Amino acid sequence: MAVMSKSVSGESGKTSATDPRSGGANRWRRFADWDERPLRLDRFAIEDPENGFAAFKGAKDPKPGIEIADGRILSMDGIPAADFDMIDHFIATHHLDLDLAPEAMALPSREIARMLVDVAVPRTELARLAHGLTPAKLAEVVAQLSAIELAFAFSKMRTRKTPGNQGHVTNAKDDPLQLAADAAAAVAFGFDEIETTMRVARNSWSNALACSVGAAIGRWGTLFQCSSEENEELQIGMAGFTSYAETVSVYGTEKAFTDGDDTPWSKAFLAAAYASRGIKMRCTSGAASELLMGFHEAKSLLYLEARCLCLQRAMGVQGTQNGGIDGAPLASTMPGGVRELMAENLIAVWLDLECATGNDARHSESEIRVGAKILPFLIAGSDLVCSGMGSILKYDNSFNPSSFNGEEMEDFLVLQRDFEADGGLNSVDESRALELRRRAIDALCAVFAELDLGSPTAAMKQSVAIASGSNETASYTPREVSFISEKIKAKGINVLDVIKALARRGFREEAENLLQVVRLRVSGDYLQTAAVVRRGRVISAVNDPNDYGGPGSGYRLSPQRRQELAAIRDVLTREEVLRTEATYAAAENRRITYRALGTAPAAGPENEVVVGVSPAFGIKLYRTLAGHPLSAVLRAIGDGIRARGGEPRFVRLRHTADTSFLGLSAARLAGSGIGIGLQAKGTAVIHQKDRLPHHNLELFSNAPITTLDHYRGLGENAALYARGEMPEPVVVPTQGQALGARYHAQVALIYAIETSLTQDGAKPEAIEISFQEAAE
Amino acid sequence: MSGPADRNGRIRGIADYPLAEKRPEIVKSARGKPLKDLTLAAVEAGEVTLEDLGITPQALLDQAAIAAKAGRPTLARNFARAAELVEVPQDVLLRIYELLRPGRAGNKDEVLAAARELRETYNAPTMAAFVEEAAEIYERRGLFTFRY
Repeated sequence: MAVMSKSVSGESGKTSATDPRSGGANRWRRFADWDERPLRLDRFAIEDPENGFAAFKGAKDPKPGIEIADGRILSMDGIPAADFDMIDHFIATHHLDLDLAPEAMALPSREIARMLVDVAVPRTELARLAHGLTPAKLAEVVAQLSAIELAFAFSKMRTRKTPGNQGHVTNAKDDPLQLAADAAAAVAFGFDEIETTMRVARNSWSNALACSVGAAIGRWGTLFQCSSEENEELQIGMAGFTSYAETVSVYGTEKAFTDGDDTPWSKAFLAAAYASRGIKMRCTSGAASELLMGFHEAKSLLYLEARCLCLQRAMGVQGTQNGGIDGAPLASTMPGGVRELMAENLIAVWLDLECATGNDARHSESEIRVGAKILPFLIAGSDLVCSGMGSILKYDNSFNPSSFNGEEMEDFLVLQRDFEADGGLNSVDESRALELRRRAIDALCAVFAELDLGSPTAAMKQSVAIASGSNETASYTPREVSFISEKIKAKGINVLDVIKALARRGFREEAENLLQVVRLRVSGDYLQTAAVVRRGRVISAVNDPNDYGGPGSGYRLSPQRRQELAAIRDVLTREEVLRTEATYAAAENRRITYRALGTAPAAGPENEVVVGVSPAFGIKLYRTLAGHPLSAVLRAIGDGIRARGGEPRFVRLRHTADTSFLGLSAARLAGSGIGIGLQAKGTAVIHQKDRLPHHNLELFSNAPITTLDHYRGLGENAALYARGEMPEPVVVPTQGQALGARYHAQVALIYAIETSLTQDGAKPEAIEISFQEAAE
Repeated sequence: MSGPADRNGRIRGIADYPLAEKRPEIVKSARGKPLKDLTLAAVEAGEVTLEDLGITPQALLDQAAIAAKAGRPTLARNFARAAELVEVPQDVLLRIYELLRPGRAGNKDEVLAAARELRETYNAPTMAAFVEEAAEIYERRGLFTFRY
């Protein structure tokens, strides 16, 4: 994300009552609960088109139209040529293809909208048609699409076939050691582009140098930008440190544009200037920037953004970052605001621009809103899913927190895995990550030493290598960085000096990597639309065009890529579960012995409660899901039964592992007709011999939160039922944990071990239990 | 777009892209070095300078031809304008950019002078015409006004 020149900030106006559940007797307290949700930190705005608060239908949005005579435009979108503002003029002169416009504009918007979601209409035909469409027409067409149609059309229309992603690498201290380490980590996670900016503007040269070194660790090809003041950013680019730029913001009204201190011509000049230095460039625009800046002209977010996008195509930039960007939080306060962000991304790719699809400035405190917003882009694919995911922690994100940051990166990796959708990232092994961070720090220190920029201590380096964020480092302060940065600038250090320094100090691979990125400039291949570098090759919309034409076409995960997405950390395997259980075996064997005594007889004394355990209980499995040793569970149940005058008898059941049938079979053996079924994972049931299998007396289904006291209570109640009493059922209180998510993989693996030991028709087996030690 | 590159048939089609891979023989540094000579060893030996690692007007025209053949005429025109700016020194570039920002020029003549400089000193006719267009519109829209 680029920093726009104007932004409005301020704390949310929400005040929370000291008592979160205040409201007295005349309030349904559910509303008090809702008040405490993160969602309620978000403020929402009423639709108010006159004051610029309209996503799709502005008070003064013009109707689409074009009048052409003698090869000249007489009017565009109802505005006579004589009244064109500078944006209209630029679009009319440089975007519109006058030969095509009459034909394209004559098509009904509904028909074009249908073409956008029709797999039979090729992307190339729609991209060609867009050369003849005006901003109001483009807006009118995409406004007809529902959210799912927008996402679908986006997946068809986006420019490059292979999806990618962009990350932020910044920190609150502008610490170059941390920048290098974090850049190296971001590269390993798979970002195609990384972007830095500063807390202190004069630290830009240091940030640029540090990130360029960090980005050369491990592999080459990650493009890098240093978001700074336009003039300085270009100078840093000319010194060779950066390979792309996206701070070139454009706006949809003339007043906002000049207030942003530029014009379409100055920005277009800048675009050509970047290209002339061999630097990839995209523009920045997005909903609500004009509203934030106070010059919205009572027009909708979508129409103004359509103007921005036509302008960008007119300027001849290869791409854009849009989808709200700085304005995303404001757009999201409006009805349909998030759908509008999707609509404007669609216009961008329809105009054949590379699109970094926002999902950048965090639009909500609600993790649900954040996850929902990213999903369409993740499953549709995008040139750059985020135009800046925070690869660093929120507080270190000098652009402001992103939708996803260092904190949430693993959530994103799992979403990719869930949907088998390529969001451009991959997991990184823990030890590999640390190794890369240390390598980056050492490489930067070598450059510092060689170029006389500083000599960080071992303690500084170590603190940075292991730090999750800058709060944990004992490294450079922003003031110290300023001296380094100004020295880099004053000495005129350029990227070749850094490459040579790396090579001289033995970092030859890194020197080669950095040189490869700079060398991209010579051919300029990476200036084409949506170019990124993958495995040492430039891919772009030219040689990797999105050719989606229905199922089986377009981007599909290769088997290898699918494996990469699946390879998140800490994945359970059957072997691991068995290994873990085996480690408990030795301890359990010291606490308890089970002696098999042959077929268990039916019926005993009237106060007898039979406890039927599962096939693998104490043989292959030794602990409940809550972590209680099975010996302790048996002891608690037995003590509970005896405490209420009952007599426990233990049997092992081999014909079933199902709790209900364990319980019912045990009950049928018991003199009292009351039995307890108990699985090794801790699920337990009290049953009665005359009941239907699944109509038990009491069930403990939440084994992970069942305590030994609960098991004792279960035993007590079983004994009370045996006496014909009606006790208060034992309740295992749940706080609503998603126990299925936490345990079901383990449960399935454990349960498979139980079922593998079952034998059809096996008789209940009497077992004698001896406790070897006192209870823990 | 039909630039000189196109006319000479240097670029046969988008199959020539990426040039560094498919047509390495036509990619040369500003000082005439082929890509394969731009090695780390050459950098260490001082044989490769930052100038060798910039883009050339010819490479931009070649990319313009590719962009045009890929159906992106406006991108091609930007590359063509960029080709004219390669030889323009950094300080001049930044000065003209600054002049094009709102309120920097007090009147149309200052902008027209910059256009003349581009055309006459740097042989950048397309860019010059583009700057002249800006001067015209700035005047019409009242941009020659005090800002700070």
